[in-house]
Amino acid sequence: MSTTTARHESAPAAPPTTWIGHLRGLLERKLPYEKLLPETQPSYVASWIYVFGVATLGALGVIVASGAVLAFEGPAWYHISHTGLFFNSLHFWSVQLFFFFMVIHLFGKFWMAAWRGNRAKTWITGTLAFVVSVGAALTGYVVQTNFDSQWIAFEAKDGLNATGVGSWFNVANLGQNLLIHVFLLPAIIAVLVAIHVLLVRVHGVVPPIDAAKVEAPPVPTVPEREGVR
Amino acid sequence: MELALRLSSDAPHYLSWGWLSVSVPNLIVIGAMLALFVLALVLPFPGNRRKTGDRS
Repeated sequence: MSTTTARHESAPAAPPTTWIGHLRGLLERKLPYEKLLPETQPSYVASWIYVFGVATLGALGVIVASGAVLAFEGPAWYHISHTGLFFNSLHFWSVQLFFFFMVIHLFGKFWMAAWRGNRAKTWITGTLAFVVSVGAALTGYVVQTNFDSQWIAFEAKDGLNATGVGSWFNVANLGQNLLIHVFLLPAIIAVLVAIHVLLVRVHGVVPPIDAAKVEAPPVPTVPEREGVR
Repeated sequence: MELALRLSSDAPHYLSWGWLSVSVPNLIVIGAMLALFVLALVLPFPGNRRKTGDRS
């Protein structure tokens, strides 16, 4: 065992021959540890406008945690008990803050033209996460199991039916919307957010437009130079 | 508490300009987001006293 370890440490890295080896090589090139967990950021990141992305992530964490509690305890608990009402409100208000922060994050990134510097995929995954979150919010509103959810569902169904999706997506179908809300859309959002954050790590935080002239080199043209600010 | 319940249960007041119709609560939220966006641009960030170009 020790002989094998010693040979691995001393031998030069052999070119990968399997898809796992190629994947490992790709991840090592694109996401070295210093990019994945950086200790420093460029000076322009010391601005309040760069805070709202991570604030959105924080709100998402509270949403997921409070939603997990609601899922375990159920509506009979969160409609009646004081603790249940607290967690119900915590879930609701963290969603409000999630969208509040995400929209300001969107304002900031739009006016920074954050797709610059080979960051189009970062912009696209952020946009998709926003759109899917709107769906998660709608399904959340219609599974509250109260008069509010009935009102919203019967208002929303007319609009959705006008688009033709009513034949397979019915907001008055509690079971369908509950499963979409607690599993399908959160899973999609989790994947999109994970890709979004990893892309931010790969390409770096977008510089302000005027800072780009001073601090950022030209847009990289080869994969090895991706992520250079 | 009673005031909060009454405010939250009443139908919101709507403002309309031609094709645009928006409730006052939604307008307040949109205004707050725009205000916070502007503040985030102009307010100094704590501890950001290093000269431009430094790594923070």
